[in-house]
Amino acid sequence: MQILVLTKPVPDPAAGAERLGPDNRLDRAASPTVVNGNDEYALEAALQLVEAHGGEVVILTMAPANGTETMRKALALGAVRGIHVTDEALAGADLPTTIRVLAAAAAQEPFDLLLGGLDTSDGAGGAVTAGVAACLGLPLLSAAAAIEPDPAAGRVRVRRLSARGYDLIEAPMPAVISCTQALGAPRYPSLKGIMAARSRQIASRSLADLGEGLAPADGAWATKVVASEPPVTRAAGRTITAAPADAAREIADFLADRRLI
Amino acid sequence: MPALILAVAEVADGSLTRLSTEAATLARSLAEASGGSALGLVVDAAPAGPAAELAAYLPRVLAVTSGAVAGQVPAPHVAAEVARLLGEGVTHVVIGATTDGRDIAGTLVGLTGLGLLANADEAAWEGDGPVTRSVVLGGRAVTRSRLTAGSGLITLRPGGVPAVEAAAAGTVEPREAAAPAVPAATVLDRVAEAGSEVSLEDARVVVVGGRGVGSPEGFAVVDELASLLGGVVGATRASVDAGWVPYARQIGQTGRVVKPALYLGLGVSGAMQHRVGMQGSEVIIAVNRDQDAPIAEVADLFVIGDLFEVGPALAAEVRARRGG
Repeated sequence: MQILVLTKPVPDPAAGAERLGPDNRLDRAASPTVVNGNDEYALEAALQLVEAHGGEVVILTMAPANGTETMRKALALGAVRGIHVTDEALAGADLPTTIRVLAAAAAQEPFDLLLGGLDTSDGAGGAVTAGVAACLGLPLLSAAAAIEPDPAAGRVRVRRLSARGYDLIEAPMPAVISCTQALGAPRYPSLKGIMAARSRQIASRSLADLGEGLAPADGAWATKVVASEPPVTRAAGRTITAAPADAAREIADFLADRRLI
Repeated sequence: MPALILAVAEVADGSLTRLSTEAATLARSLAEASGGSALGLVVDAAPAGPAAELAAYLPRVLAVTSGAVAGQVPAPHVAAEVARLLGEGVTHVVIGATTDGRDIAGTLVGLTGLGLLANADEAAWEGDGPVTRSVVLGGRAVTRSRLTAGSGLITLRPGGVPAVEAAAAGTVEPREAAAPAVPAATVLDRVAEAGSEVSLEDARVVVVGGRGVGSPEGFAVVDELASLLGGVVGATRASVDAGWVPYARQIGQTGRVVKPALYLGLGVSGAMQHRVGMQGSEVIIAVNRDQDAPIAEVADLFVIGDLFEVGPALAAEVRARRGG
């Protein structure tokens, strides 16, 4: 099986240093960069699928020039090569452009499955995989908690998380799947993997390599951030250090005062 | 051209979801502020009931009978209806930011190239279009965004816009279904997990077990307090990843957004990822052994203690006050 995985570099949520710059765009210098968490689950699922069924995992990233740093981390886990879409005209790209560009890059690669994260930790719009599927005219299987391809039958089944539990859904391949944490934790890179990643190919693609009319001229994006502000904070409350029974009484008093018990 | 704002409804178990009524309210208020009009869309195998519910919020509701959504994922079908309505003069589309809603929005962006204002928790009409407020970067920043063209899409987070019925009920018009916009995956089975019948979003009290609960058995104290307080059990990403609780219970940026009257967190550290999903709660109480747990920053009452001591003591206290 050929599996293409969308991997986006995002500011490391664990570092807690994410911020917007004066232009209301992400301040990329403020925070270390990692592969988006849900994309890591997608990558792990892809690696397990090719271990079970044979084939290759290729990663596809749209990012500034230094995006290759996080791509190397994904290659160290076992992806065989990377496609790096990078172009100055894509700085600050909106969702429609991102979707068109990723779809155009994906269309140049043969694949059975295209995997991406359910959403990203920075923007969290959660619409990219669906948009890429629509651009490519392929079925979308979203919110995957398990992926079971049947290469002989040319179909794939996905356990799709629902508000109640899950739905078992199926579609013909090629197909697009959005991936969740329920697929299981990603592996750690081995030293051998890290060494191997150094020599793995990352092919660079500019907008011109992908086709015409993918991005509007002069960054005329469909949406713009007009203002940003710090998040609303709640006033800190009271701290109780009393023994359990006394603490329980204080909580109960507090609840009773507010008619919550 | 006056704005024509469409609210896309979602149906669960034959009824409109609460988020759908919030999306409808937002569409109506944006339309009123813009001098335009609003309408609603229900796509379902049996749309009549939910369409009538939606008409309490909007002057006009289109009820599309689509047998296909009973056996296929809805996004390709709903996106096809919305795409048709965009061709008929709809300028803006409000969609709930659920899994299906995001699939619908993404599909529409792919098909139409329209801009998306994602994850709005409020929106107002300013000048010639809507301005939305969204929490981004995992809760570390808030942005206000607008469209640069005269039409586009909004996904709405739950709980941001209180649902308010219109002064007068609207009309319902039946419609034939359009062909799906893109190939739709087939639904082979729908599996409900235990405890999933009570909605987290609708609960007045949510009792959450975090990493500190330590094991599936440890959730007994969470379950007990939830049932005693008339609440629902929620979870953090850590307790879901550990396999102690199903994913459907997860609260946070990835997961559900809750705004209960009471949030009681046991062994919850309060990572930003989680706080994004619960800091709108009216009252927040947290019990944690770690005095430095970040949940203290948002808790009205922060109890430094062992949840396996304080939890049962609180259960006993509540029982005692109720007379046994």
